[in-house]
Amino acid sequence: MSRIETLDARTVELLARFRTGAVPALARAISVVEGQRPGFQALLHEVMASGPQARRIGFTGPPGAGKSSLVAAAATTYRVRDEHVGVVAVDPTSPYSGGALLGDRIRMNDVATDPGIFIRSMATRGSLGGLATTTKEVVDLMDGFGFARILIETVGVGQTELEITAAADTVVVVLVPESGDAIQAMKAGLMEIADVFVVNKADRPGSARLVKELRQALHLRAGSALKDIPAHHGVDLGRALKRERTTDSAAQEVEDWPVPVLTTNALTNEGVDDLVDAVERHRSWLVESGQLEERRRDRAEGRVRDVVNRELQRITWSSDEVRRLLGEGVLGIAGGEETPYSVARRITDALLR
Amino acid sequence: MSTIEKELESRAELASVLRARERELAELKARLAEWEEAFESTPKRDALFTTVSGREIDPLYTELDRSGAPDHEALGVPGTFPFTRGPYPTMYRTRLWTMRQFAGFATAEETNARYKYLLQHGQTGLSVAFDFPTLMGFDSDHPRSLGEVGVCGVAISSLADMEQLFDEIPLDEVSVSMTINGPAIILFCFYVAAAEKQGVDVSELRGTVQNDILKEYQAQHAWVFPPEPALRCIVDMFAWCSEHTPKYNPISISGYHIREAGATAAEELAFTLRNGFEYVERGIARGLDVDSFAPRLSFFFDVHNDFFEEIAKLRAARRIWARGMKEKYGAKNPDSWRLRTHCQTAGVSLTAQQPENNIVRVAYQAMAAALGGTQSLHTNSMDETLSLPTEKAVRIALRTQQILAYESGVPNTIDPLAGSYFVESLTDDLEREALELFDEIDEQGGVVPGIEQGWFQREIAASAMRQQGEVESGDRVIVGVNDFLDGSEKVEIDTLKIDPEVESRQVARMAAIRAARDSDRVEQTLSALRDACRSDENVVPRILDCARAYCTLYEIRAAMEDVFGAFKEPVFF
Amino acid sequence: MSEERKIRILVAKPGLDGHDRGAKVIASAFRDAGLEVIYTGLHQTPEMIVSAAVQEDVDVVAMSVLSGAHMTLFPRVKKLLDEAGADHVLLTGGGIIPEDDVAALEAQGVGRLFGPGTPTSAAIEYVKEWFSAQNTA
Repeated sequence: MSRIETLDARTVELLARFRTGAVPALARAISVVEGQRPGFQALLHEVMASGPQARRIGFTGPPGAGKSSLVAAAATTYRVRDEHVGVVAVDPTSPYSGGALLGDRIRMNDVATDPGIFIRSMATRGSLGGLATTTKEVVDLMDGFGFARILIETVGVGQTELEITAAADTVVVVLVPESGDAIQAMKAGLMEIADVFVVNKADRPGSARLVKELRQALHLRAGSALKDIPAHHGVDLGRALKRERTTDSAAQEVEDWPVPVLTTNALTNEGVDDLVDAVERHRSWLVESGQLEERRRDRAEGRVRDVVNRELQRITWSSDEVRRLLGEGVLGIAGGEETPYSVARRITDALLR
Repeated sequence: MSTIEKELESRAELASVLRARERELAELKARLAEWEEAFESTPKRDALFTTVSGREIDPLYTELDRSGAPDHEALGVPGTFPFTRGPYPTMYRTRLWTMRQFAGFATAEETNARYKYLLQHGQTGLSVAFDFPTLMGFDSDHPRSLGEVGVCGVAISSLADMEQLFDEIPLDEVSVSMTINGPAIILFCFYVAAAEKQGVDVSELRGTVQNDILKEYQAQHAWVFPPEPALRCIVDMFAWCSEHTPKYNPISISGYHIREAGATAAEELAFTLRNGFEYVERGIARGLDVDSFAPRLSFFFDVHNDFFEEIAKLRAARRIWARGMKEKYGAKNPDSWRLRTHCQTAGVSLTAQQPENNIVRVAYQAMAAALGGTQSLHTNSMDETLSLPTEKAVRIALRTQQILAYESGVPNTIDPLAGSYFVESLTDDLEREALELFDEIDEQGGVVPGIEQGWFQREIAASAMRQQGEVESGDRVIVGVNDFLDGSEKVEIDTLKIDPEVESRQVARMAAIRAARDSDRVEQTLSALRDACRSDENVVPRILDCARAYCTLYEIRAAMEDVFGAFKEPVFF
Repeated sequence: MSEERKIRILVAKPGLDGHDRGAKVIASAFRDAGLEVIYTGLHQTPEMIVSAAVQEDVDVVAMSVLSGAHMTLFPRVKKLLDEAGADHVLLTGGGIIPEDDVAALEAQGVGRLFGPGTPTSAAIEYVKEWFSAQNTA
């Protein structure tokens, strides 16, 4: 495989330790990638050379749904099944200070010292889709390190966090009876992204009703007439809908994935085994239906786009000429001689020259 | 005179009284307007005119600030409903508050020697401070106890330690208060079993076990089991104690730790009383007669720096409790309405800088507790931000109470601040705010959902952050910390050190206890306890059996945890 | 776009003492000062703290100890950090720690320890200065 840049000595040393399975090397590699420090692309290039191996499972849902507890319970279950588990938990960066309080580990204390589990907290650092800018790349590092299952927990601040569909093979949407009815879940676009629904804290009143409503809503969507119609306007379903398109005739023969609605109580572990089973079943379906390959292709395409965008941004805003044009242009706008559009055009023209 | 004439005359009299009253009020308002003009046109100090809880305080209170409720309804007389003026009719004229200093360190043997010393010097009640492992239900030889055995209190891991703690101290004569919550039911059973071993009639036991788990989830965090099974154990104790130990207080509903964690005075008041009502509701839901257990519910409040607000808080607490118990929960026995409380001065107000200043802080706080009508009081020692208190510091703290009791004249008059425009207005305000907070708690779905969702924890943390911000910005002056620094901030005072050998001695002792006991009986009693936990049988007799068989604290905790599960900390940020 | 490197700090509450007012206040203050703060909750063992410090690749571990167990907990965490190859991590903290114990712990390689009444700004300044000294050296 081709090299993208020469590795510096520090990266070479880090990679060597990474390949011996040293946990601190993984932790440091994540910091390098997360901080987009010099050499991070070369590092990822090396680590990703063996292609995706791990099963990536996303957990999303509204605040207070118990995502962290459920992730911890699922990780424990995977450990009982002798799988090594990586966990990425995302919390929001404060827009005021740039700092963040990352508290998801509080819920994961029971598994904190198991050497077969690696947990990393990430701050969004300005990203809005429910993950941090580099979460997907951090997952790649964990995959390259050898974790067989990687659990990704989104921010969960309330808005729909569609980015998880681009990061995970299987998306688990976690709800609680208090998080509202199925109509709200539909409006939030959760029907489109869920591969598995979980009603957590199922001992609370209202859980049976929510399960029933979700099943009805899923049943409706499964009806052929409605199948490809977005549940609600205004939600960007481009990527989500693409997943329902089958690509080759062999896959046509496999039936559609019936999205299960499960109940759990993460604190007592009830239902967690069933959840893990469902996730694993979904994985088999992905393979058999050809969807896994398609999702991975989509993901690769998305990644290339992301990396190109990021590079273009970096090139753009680190260029002295662009900075000069911007500085002058802003004055021009203030003086009424220019508009943002004329300035932007001059900048893009200069870059493409 | 005919009846009609008589009535006309009395109406005319009434009308003239009303007119006189109106004139009086108009006069007051006019004078106030004048005063306000003078006030507004005069420069003011650049200072924060709010209480430590952030309450805005007016420069002047008058008759117009009173709520309008007639005094006989809002205040009553001391010892009668609604008890605003005090739980007892004669208060300190009959009996001063109990001076009860909290103590415990190292092993049971060393603490026992300290207790005997205190009793020989006239103290009539004891107050046990346990170490952190005991507070969390861990034995001294458990790996989680490493480094903490006997450090912040005494280590009690089995009945053997409890017997040693009260060796030669007659438990039917001395009232003992035990500050323990998560595993309270277990330590209570050790205590009862120790009394049995002394040959004492357990129905004679007097004293209190803190046993207030709700505030642990909210503030202090020494929990073991999740809320529902923990509450069940507490109600089991209510039921068992009302039958077997009728003079013993099976709970001390505590605002102290809520306040110390950062809550405001109003939050302390509201959360504590709402927790109290929660316990009452749980008892009633079990089918207990409210008057069978409510008279033995006791309270514990913090007394912080803001003098008048703290006095008003204690007065409001009695009124809210009395009204709730009578009107909402239908208690008939006046003892069920009567809020009795212990107070402690605010540990969080003590400073490590210029530590001797703490003596003065404690003195003012103690005076507020007495003026608020407390039943017992612990005064903090000046060195408590540096280490466990030394004997000298404890003595000064006790002397502070004695000077208040015997020299200041404060105890001579019952509720001497009643009728003060300011104090009555503050009392009314605190009551109203507490009732508003009750509504907010209800909006969370009640106390337990509020805990599970981290609502209380967030409210308390937000108040703590606000107070910290005031101090750091310098808006709130703390003498010797952010103002009036003179280079004497670091004072050489003696501190108490715990011998690191305590841990190894205690671990060796545990090994001997485990070796000497009947291990079959240990297994049998633990297994019977697990069964009781699974059923709805009262668990107290089963834990007592375990205690008598010398099962250790952690063994009993673990058996209960097998059935009940453990509490997990909710995320709160 | 390699932006300014974020300081990552683990705020830890070791031992059995549940008094977390100080830990929460300092965690929030570090966040408001632009740090990424990992908070792991109460009742942490030294092993849990060090495992989290390694996995999170933090620059600093700050422990709050009010229980008097500081002479056990700080050296234990320091030793485990060193054994895990994380001797570059600054171990600092605060609590009720007598002065001669502070001196003894500093001699063992523990960073500054802050007593009661310290403004949060002092701890923030200390951590930021330490960090910039590390990264310019």
